[in-house]
Parts: sequence; structure tokens; C-alpha cells
Amino acid sequence: MDRIYLDNNATTITDPMVKQAMEPYFCEKYGNPNSLHSFGTEVHPDLRVAMNRLYKGLGAAEDDDILITGCATESNNTVLKGVYFDLIKNGEKNHIITTSVEHPCVANTCRFLENQGAQVTFLPVNKDARVEAEDVRHAITEKTALVSVMWANNETGIIFSIKEIARVCREKGVLFHTDAVQAIGKVKVDVQDAGVDFLSLSAHKFHGPKGIGALFIRRGLKLPPLLHGGEQMSGKRAGTLNTAGIVGMGLALELAVDNLNYEATEVRRLRDKLEDGLLKLKDVMVIGRRELRVPNTVFISVRGVEGEALLWDLNKNGIAASTGSACASESLEASPVIAAIGAGSELSHTGIRLSLSRFTTEGEIDRAVKAFTEAVGRLRAVSSSY
Amino acid sequence: MAKKDLLGGALWEAYSKKVAARMDNPTNRGELTAADAKKLHGKLVVADHGAESCGDAVRLYWVVDPKTHVIKAARFKSFGCGTAIASSDMMAELCMGKTVDAASRITNIDVERALRDSPDVPAVPPQKMHCSVMAYDVIKKAVALYKGVDIRSLETETIVCECGRVSLGTIVDAIRLNDLKTVADITHYTKAGGFCKSCIEPGGHEKRQHYLVDILRDTRAAMEKEKLHQQMETQDFGSMTLVRKLKAVEQVFREDLRPMLAADGGDVELVDLKEEGGVWQVFIEYKGACAGCPSAGTNTLSAIESHLKQKLGDNIKVVPS
Repeated sequence: MDRIYLDNNATTITDPMVKQAMEPYFCEKYGNPNSLHSFGTEVHPDLRVAMNRLYKGLGAAEDDDILITGCATESNNTVLKGVYFDLIKNGEKNHIITTSVEHPCVANTCRFLENQGAQVTFLPVNKDARVEAEDVRHAITEKTALVSVMWANNETGIIFSIKEIARVCREKGVLFHTDAVQAIGKVKVDVQDAGVDFLSLSAHKFHGPKGIGALFIRRGLKLPPLLHGGEQMSGKRAGTLNTAGIVGMGLALELAVDNLNYEATEVRRLRDKLEDGLLKLKDVMVIGRRELRVPNTVFISVRGVEGEALLWDLNKNGIAASTGSACASESLEASPVIAAIGAGSELSHTGIRLSLSRFTTEGEIDRAVKAFTEAVGRLRAVSSSY
Repeated sequence: MAKKDLLGGALWEAYSKKVAARMDNPTNRGELTAADAKKLHGKLVVADHGAESCGDAVRLYWVVDPKTHVIKAARFKSFGCGTAIASSDMMAELCMGKTVDAASRITNIDVERALRDSPDVPAVPPQKMHCSVMAYDVIKKAVALYKGVDIRSLETETIVCECGRVSLGTIVDAIRLNDLKTVADITHYTKAGGFCKSCIEPGGHEKRQHYLVDILRDTRAAMEKEKLHQQMETQDFGSMTLVRKLKAVEQVFREDLRPMLAADGGDVELVDLKEEGGVWQVFIEYKGACAGCPSAGTNTLSAIESHLKQKLGDNIKVVPS
């Protein structure tokens, strides 16, 4: 049985072209780019191509920085902790604003900084599962150092009004960071147009390799390094350059941007087909309006069926999905999004996320709808609450 | 811990084959109706426990022989994850053929053991033990319904960790006997807090009545207090350090003298403590009704002094200021 991968918000298949582009840097061009000899210098042209692709893909200017990091978690930590060290620890500012639905790498870093003495506002989401620019405006104080709002939510796929939020922050003279991990390759992400100060991304979410990410820093802004060490990345992020990863991420971003139209049309069509198929079931609810979501994500709550149980049955049929149900997490924490939108606490254990990619096929969607429908039928027959 | 925990994500791999099989095909799922009960000449019992909003809900059906109190048939329905469904299925099976009293002694630990593939390997990972607790709770509900008694009358002890069924008494004893200082110690000695972790501190998966952090803090505080009392009783005042002396005197003030004077609206404060020629002078200041009271320099003073001497030793002289 062929398996069907509908968990692309967790990670994606590496595009075979990306994998191929990365291959020479293991056994042939394995030099350290910081070495002076030919082994080191021979990779420079390829790295420059990759960096050009990153700058172009994000719409960054030559005098902006795009630091290569190990992952978006590292990028987010660099911004939050850097702002803490530069503006909060010295007493100049004391406040960070973020949302109640951020990925743990933002949420838990903020909680850590709270313990260090920073004040953090976790803005709740509204019934559209969004935080609006006006919510941010009202939360800003004279002591606010940074606002950090995700571009798109990992569970629901809901897109936040990043451009408007960035404008509010600029008006108020507050730094603005966005975790764009779930937006890259799904919707247009242009740092100039959006007017963000910092932006984090991770290659493996857009068919690049795992273990590499990036951090955009607007020109003129400085952050103390999270990783101190050698002179790599102008000393702003030490550590030997991951040549294969940088090359892979560069190509992956170029391909992702090239495919944005396909994403907006074909991936969206398949997602809508999947969603329509699932909505034929009785007593199900999709979280978030379609037009507010990235084209690849559907987050659905099935009354009477616990999320992990449904995931189990789908997996038996070779279908990979994801759940925000507390029961499936090792920490037993309930889904922050379902809890935040106040959808009724009985639904907080029933959410299933299905996320497509440009590699998803029509046949896979048809099979997924069938398997999902059967699984819901079986589990509702067992359920005490349906 | 450490190496085996670093990669994570092994939740389903840690399920026993029996858990997986019962999740895929729960043999005792379904309902029992009044008609079924009539056919079996028994009494129908339907017990519900949990709620969808808590992540787990289970309904247990029994047909019980009213003469022998033997459970002749058992079925269940469950809203929950794989572990919840598999444990409910096993729970229903364990009930069958037992008397209601015997069934009331089945715990979630019995259910988990019955689901093991081999006796030494847990059937589910620690954080999933929680999901088997429902199976225990719903039996208690069914017993209470059948007998027509309050469910609380069936609980004989306060359970702090439901996953591991560890009682408050067991935890307090373990802290006292082994001088435990951390929650990790408690988990190591009693297993409490080693499963879903809800009972460790507020803010976990479930709200609990008792938390290990509070039990530890309160028990340690009680132990400290007892230790201090013991030291004061056994240690000679003259050989105490200055801080100890001060604390000992303050304790007599707090626990004996001030309550005694308060009865007449008076009060007294410790001002200083100084040694002179081998005698410890306790300087005091009267407050409230005592200030200006004629007996403050006579009867009250000698009562305070004799009380301190009785508690702490003879080399004490009280000096009013």
C-alpha cells in the first residue's frame, strides 16, 4: 500500500532536485568555505548563488542581512533573546508582545524571558483565529521592545495581517518579528513589501533539507549573536557553514517561489476538494475561513472522535496527518488554537490537521477522503459521546 | 532517562501488541439494553464517566444477576485515544463473570497489567497510564449505581496520583521516612507523578485536589518544625548558638507568652537578648493593656520569667524596658 503524506506542515519531502543539488558537497566539494585554500574557495561561487536565491526569494535588499541558522527555532531564539539582551536587560524597555497561538519555539522562549524579568503579553486570537493589527496597537506601551507574530499558524493555516501589524509597529517605533515558517512557499512573502524587521524561516517546510534555516534582519538593525564563536556570517552567527544545506535551501526557496502560482491554484483546488469531501460527514467543523488560510491546510474537528484515535486509524490506512489533541502529545497539553478560539472545550481533543504540498496528487486526496470517512464511521460506532 | 528519551516521538511504538489489537478491534464494544438484561434475567447498569471536553469519556454497561451479584455481561463505549479504547475493552472483559464486589477491586493497574505482552514491559508509555484511569473510575460508578450508594463511600483513601494509584498517606510516609527533598525523589520512591504528571503541580493536563509540590512543601515544613521543637527540648539553652537562643526565646513568646497576655488585652515584645555574668537577660517591652498595668512589674513579670525558665533553663532573667 502506498502511503499518503498529508502532514506537510510538520515537514516536507525534500525536492529530488534539491537533494541532487546538495550531493556534491559531501564527498567532492567538502572544503570549509572559510579556508583559504582551493578546497575552501571552490564552493564560494555556489554559496553566492544560494545566497542570491535567498535574497531574491524573500525580496531582501543587498544591505539587509540574511543569516544562515540551524533552524527556525534558532532564528526565533536569536531575535527574542537578542532583543532581550539589547533593550530589556539594560532597563531601556521591558515588554514583548506575541500571540497565544505561536509555535512553542516562540512561546517557550517568551516564557523563559518572562522568568528573566521581561513582561510578555500573549494576545488571544479572535473568532477567526487571528490577531489583528488593532489588537497589537492597543497592547503596545512605551516600554514595548518587540512584537512577534507568526505569518501563518501551523495548526489552522490561518494567515495573519503581517503588513498591517508591521505598519503599526513602525508607527509606534517598535521592532517587529514574524515567524514565517508556515508561510514560505504557500503565500507570497516579501520582506520589503511587508515591512518586517526580522523574519524566520526553515528549509524543511518548503521541500528543502532539515537542519537549516535563516533569519532576515533589516538593514541598520543589529542583534547580538546567539551562537558566539568564529567569524562566519560576519560574526553574527558563528559555526562552520553548512554548505550542502545552504545550497539546498537556496534552491528550495527558488523552487517554492516559482511554484507559488501552482500552490495558489492546484494545491488549493486539491485542499478544497479534500475539505469538501470531509465536510460531507455530519457534525464536523473546519477551523478558520478558507480565504484566510494558506492554500494547503485544513484543520477539522470531528465530533465524538478523539484526535489520536482518528490518527491511528488513518495511519493504519497509510495516511499521515497530525492532531492537536492533548492525548497525542507527550506533554498532554491541549491544542492552544482550539482552546484560544473558544470553539467549545469538547472540541479541544478532536482536531485533525491535514496539510498538502505540491507533491500531493488527486488520487491521494480521493483515497484520503475515503479512509477518513471510514475511520470516522468506525470510531463513532465505538464512541460514547456520539 | 537521557539517551532513550532524547529523540522522543515514540508514543505508539511503546504500545503493547495487545493494546494495538484491542484498539483495532475492541471485542467488547457496544451497548447492552433492557431487552438484553431481560434475556439474561439480570439487572441493567449503565455508568458514565468523563466528558468529551476532558479528552476521555467512557460508558460501561453491565447485566448483573440480582441473586448472586455476578456480572453476566459487560460492554463499553468510549470517546478517547487508542489507550482509552483498549483499556476500556480490557476493563469490560475483566468485569465479566466477577461479582460486583470483586469487580469493584479492579484498578487501572490491573487493566494495564492485563494488556502487557510480557510481564515486565508496561503496556503503554507512562504519560498514557492516565488514559486507563477512566476504566477504574467507571467501574466505581457502576458499583455505586448497582448498590445504590454514594460513590464516595467506596473510596477508602485519598488518591493523589491516579495513574499509579498512590495515596496521600503513602506519599507523606515516603517523604518522612526517607527524608525526600524533591518531587523527583517522590516519583522515584512511590511512582507518584511518573505518569501523566498532572499531580505534580497545578497547570498540568488535569486539575487535581492535591499536588506533589504542595504535599512536599507542607510535609517538609512540618518536619522542620518538629525538628526545631525536638532540638529545643533536647538541647540545653546555654549551649545553643545565639541565633538558636533567639529563636527559642521567640518561640516561647509566640506560642505561650503572647497568647497568655492577649487573654487580658495585653501584649509583650522581645527587645534584646544579652549575657551578663553567665545569666541571659531577656529585655522585653509591654504593649497593649500590659503597658502601664500595675502588675506588669510584679506578678506578670515573674510569670513571664518563670515560664521562660521552665521552658529554657534557670539562667534567665527578664528585664522590662
